[in-house]
Amino acid sequence: MTRILFFLFAAVSIVGPAHAGIDETINNFTAPIASFIGSVVFFKIPIAGANLPLVVLWLVVGAVFFTLYMGFINLRGFKHAIALVRGDYADPNSAGEVSHFQALATAVSGTVGIGNIGGVAVAVTVGGAGATFWLIVAGFLGMSTKFVECTLGVKYRNENPDGSVSGGPMYYLTKGFEERGMVGFGKLMGTFYAIGIFIGALGIGNMFQSNQAYVQLNTVAGGALDGYGWLVGLILAAVVFAVIIGGIKSIARVTEKVVPFMAVFYCVFAIIVILMNFSSIPAAIGNIFTGAFTGEGVTGGALGALIIGFQRAVFSNEAGIGSASIAHAAVRTDEPVTEGYVSLLEPFIDTIVICTITALVIGTSQVADPNFAGDATGVAMTSAAFERQIGWFPVPLAFGALLFAFSTMISWSYYGLKGWTYLFGEDQMLQTVYKLIFCAFVALGCVVQLGPILDISDALVFLICVPNILGLYFLAPVVKREMQAYLAKLESGEIKKFKH
Amino acid sequence: MDGSDGSDRALDHAIARAKQGGAKVIVAYVIEWSPYSFNTPEENATRHKRRETEIERANSEIVAPALKRLEGENLACNGVVRHGHPAETLIEIAKECSAAQILIGRRGHSGLKSLLFGSVAGNLIQTAPVPVVVVP
Repeated sequence: MTRILFFLFAAVSIVGPAHAGIDETINNFTAPIASFIGSVVFFKIPIAGANLPLVVLWLVVGAVFFTLYMGFINLRGFKHAIALVRGDYADPNSAGEVSHFQALATAVSGTVGIGNIGGVAVAVTVGGAGATFWLIVAGFLGMSTKFVECTLGVKYRNENPDGSVSGGPMYYLTKGFEERGMVGFGKLMGTFYAIGIFIGALGIGNMFQSNQAYVQLNTVAGGALDGYGWLVGLILAAVVFAVIIGGIKSIARVTEKVVPFMAVFYCVFAIIVILMNFSSIPAAIGNIFTGAFTGEGVTGGALGALIIGFQRAVFSNEAGIGSASIAHAAVRTDEPVTEGYVSLLEPFIDTIVICTITALVIGTSQVADPNFAGDATGVAMTSAAFERQIGWFPVPLAFGALLFAFSTMISWSYYGLKGWTYLFGEDQMLQTVYKLIFCAFVALGCVVQLGPILDISDALVFLICVPNILGLYFLAPVVKREMQAYLAKLESGEIKKFKH
Repeated sequence: MDGSDGSDRALDHAIARAKQGGAKVIVAYVIEWSPYSFNTPEENATRHKRRETEIERANSEIVAPALKRLEGENLACNGVVRHGHPAETLIEIAKECSAAQILIGRRGHSGLKSLLFGSVAGNLIQTAPVPVVVVP
């Protein structure tokens, strides 16, 4: 362990000494790794001129299957999900436990992140306006996947001797396969998932977030932070350190409270910008639909747009990755399926509402002025779209992006931790080692450039979909039985509303 | 009861009243909690345990001593500890045990503070279904 710690300090001190070349050095070092991991995970099969990564196909087929198998639960369950979140079915005797609303809010603040601002811009740049359409479709289908994985997350969670709970795909994979007599396979899948979520927590939930926060800050500062990525990284890492190791809950609590307001603030201003681009709205919406089916100007045409849309949607709402089921597992309920219902709302809020709004901000700006962002991509592109109409907006947007990034990092530090504790046990000392590694990667994220970072983090996150969705197929009948039993209880009045 | 001097005075008053009328006294303690607050995943994971500790502490430090006093006076009594919005939860409890009256101590916050944070007594007076006695 001393060796790991030494390595960490060494890694930080390499980042420490300031000169502009360091960014480049690390970038040169990571780029080949990224392209190697990427080529393995995103193994592509050429279909009709487009390259379809098998893993995206895996996700889409899964989401379509769960939507059909659960009988369009994403539509039918929506109303009930809202009732559950409002607390209509909350038993007064369980007041003081984690409520459905709290579990949803925690999971949403983990998913609403930079992806909603920057990821959408990437989708539109690479996949054209049509990618937006597929992004929404993916969000809609993803609701069913979430329903299945979050129900399982609660059903198969572990209750630790200290009264806390640990849940998530690694637990339902292990226990679910064990129930079917496949003990060894379950352990293998669980372990594979745990390793994946741990590494993914360092990528999508960490480096990508800190990287984009830095890029955005630098844009606002007019490039004054060029070459100072290491400094921003160290500051961010210090704050994350204070929360997850120092246990300074106040910082986390402030963020958790501010993030929902930021999300609302963001949406309100986005809608204002869309309305200011009023005359471009019909053309922008038209582009989304025509682009979706013709794929004009997109490599691989309509299929190319579809692939990009789905890829970005999953990256944003995490349906199929299983991460949210780790957060939802904390709810205490006699009916695991209720948590599944609640989690339906997550891709809805994240992808169908927030991502679509961002896409429209960019889309309407593009119609009005095709070169509005120059060659900027990611968050910088979204920021430019806002700036066209509201000159001062990039500053609060940078602040918002920073907070989104921060809350996502806190949530993901927990997801990664659960993978880690699954592998190494609940030992406190080892948990601290994990948290130190996590902080080191926060700093590292600001140093490397977007390209390889995005590739590595995309690849790792998509990789853990493989065991997760495989498990979901096997366990879907369990979820269906739970759902039918629950619906029967609702019907018979055994489960009744406490509030009217 | 909230463990304050005001709530002690309310208990004194309740004992005096109950002795006159031979009534049963319910000692209620509400732990302020909202299902709509925002937590970190780690807080959620340890919530169940924390809830139990909170209830235990409220019972042992506030409710149990009060019940002991009431029993010492030979009065029928009962204790309730619950999470929730203080005024709303007190009203729920009053309804559940068909209370004839709610007795509450007052904190004595003045002006601005109670304007900003509201006061449990003030809320109760406005919304309770039974008479409320606020003991100064």
